[in-house]
Amino acid sequence: MNTEQKAQAVEPKNETLSRRNILSAGGIALSAAGALALAGAATPAMAQSMRGDAANDVNLLNAARALEFEGIAAYQIALDSGLLPPNAVGFATLYQSHHKQHNDDLEKAIKRLGGEAVGPKTTAQYVKQLEADKLKTFEDILRLALRLERGAASAYLGLIEPLKNTDLHLLVARLAADEAAHAATFMIDLASPISAKTPLF
Amino acid sequence: MNVPRRRCLPLVFAHGAAAGAFLMLSWQTTDASMAMKRLAGNMTSSAEQEISARDVGDVVRGESLYAAKCGACHSVEQNRIGPKHRGVFGRRIGGVEDYDYSAALTGVDRVWDNASLDEWLLAPTEMFPGARMGFAVKDDRERADIIAYLKSVSE
Repeated sequence: MNTEQKAQAVEPKNETLSRRNILSAGGIALSAAGALALAGAATPAMAQSMRGDAANDVNLLNAARALEFEGIAAYQIALDSGLLPPNAVGFATLYQSHHKQHNDDLEKAIKRLGGEAVGPKTTAQYVKQLEADKLKTFEDILRLALRLERGAASAYLGLIEPLKNTDLHLLVARLAADEAAHAATFMIDLASPISAKTPLF
Repeated sequence: MNVPRRRCLPLVFAHGAAAGAFLMLSWQTTDASMAMKRLAGNMTSSAEQEISARDVGDVVRGESLYAAKCGACHSVEQNRIGPKHRGVFGRRIGGVEDYDYSAALTGVDRVWDNASLDEWLLAPTEMFPGARMGFAVKDDRERADIIAYLKSVSE
């Protein structure tokens, strides 16, 4: 990714999609710019300026950013779908704002390590990778949200061991707790069974 | 902010899905059991007979584990944070053409098989330093089950 592409990709695209656009875009192909915006790409400049553990940590944190960007996009897809009841709109907006804050925290951590935070893909790419064309009901959206939030909690816990900079452990542990809290509310909404065996994540 | 609650979900659909999952579980468990028996039938030494269910892996458990542990970043059909997994077993490492791999997984002359997937899932950043995937599956049994599931979506 060149500098111009990165500059364009730094902030999520606030494209407002109609429900028809969101739910019928299954065949959209990846664009070259979008493919380059995939998180975690260590650029040649980074490779020259960073070595070893710091560069590896940056790659892991950028993958986490990719996860957060996908979460932000998922909530936007839900908000634009027309499938949310009125009382769920504020809820989705709140959780989306949490993920934006997570991304800000990750970006700061990456910069502290001397790395470069990568940006999001296009909305169309998130629609494709989340298979948003299959979302037909509010329950479909709740199930997607639960899957993403529960998975994110697990993913953040899995980052604690490989991150070599121990200052980052508290950050990812806190992010995991946020994701787990989100997931818990969706489990209640869906009356999802809670495992008798711990750990839950 | 008040948290909205939505408790009246269509249980008919939930029951239908549960029945389908049960049928799938029954079929696949039987299939896995038969595979284990076939494997055991071909053993000749006591050492070989010690090869247990761990080495075969359970597809049904693997599917559930895949959803819980891999589903944050991966799906079978779509490139997401990580590459799609349809056809992963037997594919060259770093071999999904429309996925932008890190330098760590580019140009690797090796394929995903039982051994390489087990090594990867156990410690991805040790196998390929600089990889974006940090999440590891430490439990031997769970890795075997996930690999069995990945194999099932590659057939």
